[in-house]
Amino acid sequence: MTNDFVLYRTMLLIRRFEERILQEFSSGKLVGTTHTYIGQEADAVGVFSITEPEDIVFSNHRCHGHFLAYGGDPYRLIAELMGKATGLVGGRGGSQHIYWRNFYSNGIQGGIVPVATGMALAEKEKQSGHVVLVFIGDGTLGEGALYESLNLAALWRLPLLVILENNRYAQTTPVELAVAGSMAGRFAAFGIPVWERETSDVLEVRALAEQAICHVRSGAGPAALILHTYRFMAHSKGDDTRSPEELARIRQFDPLTIHARRLSLAELEQAESEVSALLAEAFARAEADSFPVLAE
Amino acid sequence: MTSVLESLNHALHTAMESDPRVYILGEDILDPYGGAFKVTRGLSTRFPDRVLTTPISEAAIVGVAAGMALRGLRPVAEIMFGDFVTLIADQVVNHAAKFRWMYNEQVRVPLVVRAPMGGRRGYGPTHSQSLEKMFLGVPGLKVVAPSALGDPGGLLLAAIAEDDPVLFVEHKLLYTRPLLEPGQGDLADFSLEIGGEPFPYFVLQPPYPPHLTIATYGYNFELVRTAALELMMDHEIFAEMVVFSQLSPFALTPLFDSLAQTRRLLTVEEGTLTLGWGAEVAARSIEVVSGLKVRRVAARDLPIANARSLEDVILPQVRDVVEAALSLI
Repeated sequence: MTNDFVLYRTMLLIRRFEERILQEFSSGKLVGTTHTYIGQEADAVGVFSITEPEDIVFSNHRCHGHFLAYGGDPYRLIAELMGKATGLVGGRGGSQHIYWRNFYSNGIQGGIVPVATGMALAEKEKQSGHVVLVFIGDGTLGEGALYESLNLAALWRLPLLVILENNRYAQTTPVELAVAGSMAGRFAAFGIPVWERETSDVLEVRALAEQAICHVRSGAGPAALILHTYRFMAHSKGDDTRSPEELARIRQFDPLTIHARRLSLAELEQAESEVSALLAEAFARAEADSFPVLAE
Repeated sequence: MTSVLESLNHALHTAMESDPRVYILGEDILDPYGGAFKVTRGLSTRFPDRVLTTPISEAAIVGVAAGMALRGLRPVAEIMFGDFVTLIADQVVNHAAKFRWMYNEQVRVPLVVRAPMGGRRGYGPTHSQSLEKMFLGVPGLKVVAPSALGDPGGLLLAAIAEDDPVLFVEHKLLYTRPLLEPGQGDLADFSLEIGGEPFPYFVLQPPYPPHLTIATYGYNFELVRTAALELMMDHEIFAEMVVFSQLSPFALTPLFDSLAQTRRLLTVEEGTLTLGWGAEVAARSIEVVSGLKVRRVAARDLPIANARSLEDVILPQVRDVVEAALSLI
């Protein structure tokens, strides 16, 4: 198995998982809400291809892709979305609030960053060598807690990598209406070095992330990785106000198509069949599981 | 005589000495200043690596502490004035207090947030409040308040030993108070029963069968015991006092036991009246004790004024407690 194949298969796993989730919502099998990662797969897969197994992750509302790229089990994730007792957190958290090993997520914009900063402080004090990765979006740039945390992370030279996925919309609000000034400049103001690229190519993300994580792991303090990306689907389910033309145009930046060029047809088919089998088994198994009961 | 301040300061020294996982974070806590109310005095000199002075970033202080706690440390965060807990609300309610349950009992968040509350020092509308009521009933959070009874430092050590987040509410006027010796001084006529683990309650029983029960916590016990003495001396009315150190979750059994005898409840607190601690205590008591009469003494539903003449009227005083007690009889 080539590395390219593994990267592609993980991106495909995220894509097919999220497509299936949207389908299950449409058919009424899932309730509540979800935020899919379709279009952004290269970000998580590129980043997690160069992290260490014990590194710590704090993710956000759009966490499925991060979790699967982290190495999480799709069965436990879908069980959580279905509200099953076997879900990652026993049906208590659902789509946005999951925990497994060193992977945490919460559905509050900005509020996760101080917590991730504290984790980085703890790892530094314990001299564990682990790095903390926190995922934010362009929408998070409106939250004050982010800037309090950047200040502390820089002051205390903490092993924190802030990954800013700019998918250009906070729900329905375009960055032009929400973000003044420069994204990189926000980090630069705290003396935090920035690695930034507009790309949907997993190899480019990986190369950039490697530099940023190396910086953090060296003990030089926090870093920021800004990835300008595209979200192909709605923010959650039915809240997409973008024009059909825009949605068609951004599809040219599909990370799967971009990376597929590096694989043989046989490899592409193999990835598709492996992912398909994995997800079919995961969904069927989760569906058969029982619902949790509140213990008094 | 040991003061409440000394007791709390000693407890922090003990905690840091005995457990290398204990860290202290807060604004202006480094020596020689040692914190706005000096509770952290001496710590940064003895443990320079584990006492972290912070910028004015209350949300980050508590969020950082929550992250440290998730990763195996036992942080104690100081919020300089309790009024600033509004700035930490998201970190407490949606993060620290939620993680354990939301992540299905797979994590623990051993975090203490210390916050000096309370007025009567002329600090005005944003440095005098008792805002702990906003955090009562938050799932996953414990709210604890020392009084001059018992061992405030021991209470703080118990909070630090908890595996869940604790909001530790210290009334500013309590700091200089000497620890009260049961059976001594003006408490000589009352017998004391202590129960409840790890955050104890205190029941002070008068020498004769009580006519009413006064429930309170924290500094306001100072008002209550003065009022109880006045009721006894001037009116021959005997009040049993139940003083809580655990405010939330509500654990009121010792109060119900007293109310079964008196069927008259007076609650005394320094937060504003509406939807306060006393409102919940009263509601729960009425559900359990039949034929209960209730009065609540609390701050008026106003900001706390700077002028003494206004602050005195806005915050509860001894005479308010006495009058409310008399109205119950």
